[in-house]
Amino acid sequence: MEYKINGRRRPEREDRRPFVTNNDNYDNNDNLINYKYYNSMLIYLLEKEFKQFVRNSFLPKMVVMLPLVAMLIFPLIANFEVKNINLSVVDHDKSSQSQHLIQKIQSSGYFRLTNVADSYSAALEQVEINNADMLIEIPIGFEKELESGQGTKILIAANAVNGVKGGLGSSYLMSILNNYSGDIIATRLPVSAQLKSAGFEIIPRYWFNPTLKYVVFMIPALMVMVLAIVSGFLPAMNIVGEKEAGTIEQMNVTPVSRLHFILSKLIPYWVVGFVVLTIAILVARWVYGFKPQGSIGTIYLFASMFMLAFSGFGLVISNYAKTMQQAIFMILFFLLTFIFLSGFYTPINNMPGWAKMFSNFSPFKYIIQVIRLVYLKGNSFADMVPHFLALCGFAVFFNGWAVLSYRKKS
Amino acid sequence: MKQFAAFVQKEFYHILRDHWTMIILLVLPILMVILFGYGISTEVKNTRFAVLDPSRDVLTQGIVNKLANSEYFILGDYLTSNDEVETCFTHSDYGLVLVFGSRFAEQAMEPGGAQIQLIADGSDPNTASILTTYASSLITSYQQEMMKGETPKMMIAPEVKLLYNPSMKNSFNTVPGIMGVIIILICALMTSVSLTREKEHGTMEVLLVSPMRPMLIIFSKVIPYFCISLVNLATILLLAHFMLGVPIVGSFGLVVLISLIYIFVSLALGLFISTVAEKQIVALLISGAGLMLPVVYLSGMMFPLESMPVALQWVANIIPAKWFIIAMRNVMIKGLGFMSVIKEIAILTLMGTIIIIASLKRFKIRLE
Repeated sequence: MEYKINGRRRPEREDRRPFVTNNDNYDNNDNLINYKYYNSMLIYLLEKEFKQFVRNSFLPKMVVMLPLVAMLIFPLIANFEVKNINLSVVDHDKSSQSQHLIQKIQSSGYFRLTNVADSYSAALEQVEINNADMLIEIPIGFEKELESGQGTKILIAANAVNGVKGGLGSSYLMSILNNYSGDIIATRLPVSAQLKSAGFEIIPRYWFNPTLKYVVFMIPALMVMVLAIVSGFLPAMNIVGEKEAGTIEQMNVTPVSRLHFILSKLIPYWVVGFVVLTIAILVARWVYGFKPQGSIGTIYLFASMFMLAFSGFGLVISNYAKTMQQAIFMILFFLLTFIFLSGFYTPINNMPGWAKMFSNFSPFKYIIQVIRLVYLKGNSFADMVPHFLALCGFAVFFNGWAVLSYRKKS
Repeated sequence: MKQFAAFVQKEFYHILRDHWTMIILLVLPILMVILFGYGISTEVKNTRFAVLDPSRDVLTQGIVNKLANSEYFILGDYLTSNDEVETCFTHSDYGLVLVFGSRFAEQAMEPGGAQIQLIADGSDPNTASILTTYASSLITSYQQEMMKGETPKMMIAPEVKLLYNPSMKNSFNTVPGIMGVIIILICALMTSVSLTREKEHGTMEVLLVSPMRPMLIIFSKVIPYFCISLVNLATILLLAHFMLGVPIVGSFGLVVLISLIYIFVSLALGLFISTVAEKQIVALLISGAGLMLPVVYLSGMMFPLESMPVALQWVANIIPAKWFIIAMRNVMIKGLGFMSVIKEIAILTLMGTIIIIASLKRFKIRLE
């Protein structure tokens, strides 16, 4: 009997013929149990998978583009930073003091003076049509009351539909007003009293990220995102694709064991996962000048455990989904849940209690924390053993479930 | 008409008999409301803070108590040395460390004054700046309480009004966005996939040679998704109202009108994609990458558009969800009337008309 593979004649050695049924070599489920054939079969399957991958018109491009686009474009979008707050000013006083105050607000860098209105209602209208985010109303007699030492009132109104923006904007504005009135108090007091009121100065310091760049927060999460798509999403789509095309039946009638089939589907994507992670790390390094404080080996170690766990998740999905459409919906559903509960966008500490509890069930939580810790704080493996164990747990759980729910019979 | 009803029935069966997809379609909006409503809360509460206080006098005690008594902070440990500050951030979940100098109370009375360092964990920039802002304002107000009597009171008393959303709830901002995403998902993605599936399986030919007019075939495909999107819309509004406390301040009729126009645009988009794509996977990719991602990220639903680079802000203008969300926020949250959303309604209607004309022109009724 002659086999031709890739146009080459295969040598006719006995051990190169795994396809001849020999009862000693198979168990009752037709799984190959003779270890003599094990490795060669996996290698052929892997060769097939890699060829399919490389010959696909779309996948290789996507693997390069995905980390690049995610790392370059996403940080521009995913930005909760509050700046360029549009301010509408109603200045009833029109005095030098009020002008001075407005200048002070403008020079703070947070605000953009977009319009000057005559009345509160005119300014409110600007807020309603989204031309202004906040308005400030300076009353008549502002200067007089300040200089007489009576104290005066100022009205601030902020559009709080976006709560963060409204809240932060008004507290920025309030601290500017505080400083302004502090300055006036200081100039009006006699020297002795000035000494007494010197008080204390508050100095905010931000560790690990002194300039508060939001990119620093996003990049570790984006790396995880890209890894998840490559290691979980793609193999699941691949297997479901075989189901839809009907080629999985051909697989099921070969003596290929469940383990081999699954490994041959996963290993290529693990390799691709490392390529993608490396691209992401290089982009972080070269484009953002962002390099890990801790060891890069730790990142790879945790990443490989995460990929193992999440590809197991992909397999579970592929075992239950019959069509690509179903698979996409299931993945979308779980990915959303995992991401939101992982602290991807906002810290877990801010979540309500039940969400905090559920966040322990998101594998993303652990890996995102690890990459942030290694990148920013330089934690070592020993500090993060619980994270590692958690990821191991996910790997065992998902892969175990996947193996148990996989059926060669239809 | 009887034929048409039969076709609509067939389409309903298509959807109802695919259990997984059906369940996900109905549960997804609920999940999203919960996740977006609670999951990305940017409200900072109950943050643990540590104190490094070598002086331990009345003044420092007062400041620590002021912070500990507020709803934002919980007092954690007292640190003994500077080295411990770092472990606070690397090995436990402190958000803020308060560092006083030695002889704090004495220095505060000397010229130059004393210093308080607020050390925050900058690895989460937003929380860090919110925390330091809160802490500074608490300390400043403590300072003013202390100085009462000795110096004139605050010269400027700001009165702050937080319009439309006084409790600064995040969900007020995101609920209109969730509606935008779900409608695109169901009307555009599902419609385009179900039309291309008929093409891929070859059953489109069978439909086209039937006595039904092609227009009615498409129409019957679209109706079930239209119904599902209405169900979802109702689910989202009910959940938002009763679970998250998001009000509908403006007119309910206007909310429905805007939603219907947006559903029309989304269905038109789905139809258009199905005329471009021959395979399901292509339709999925186009609607996934071309519609879903921009709707989530470039519509202003989660991330404010004004913080983005100008080029992206231009791109955002061609995304229907952006206009839908602006109009929805104006009516639902701000309670404005028809005149305030006339621009958005006009833009959406124009978009829908152009897309529907383009896709009807492209739709092939001939066999190839």
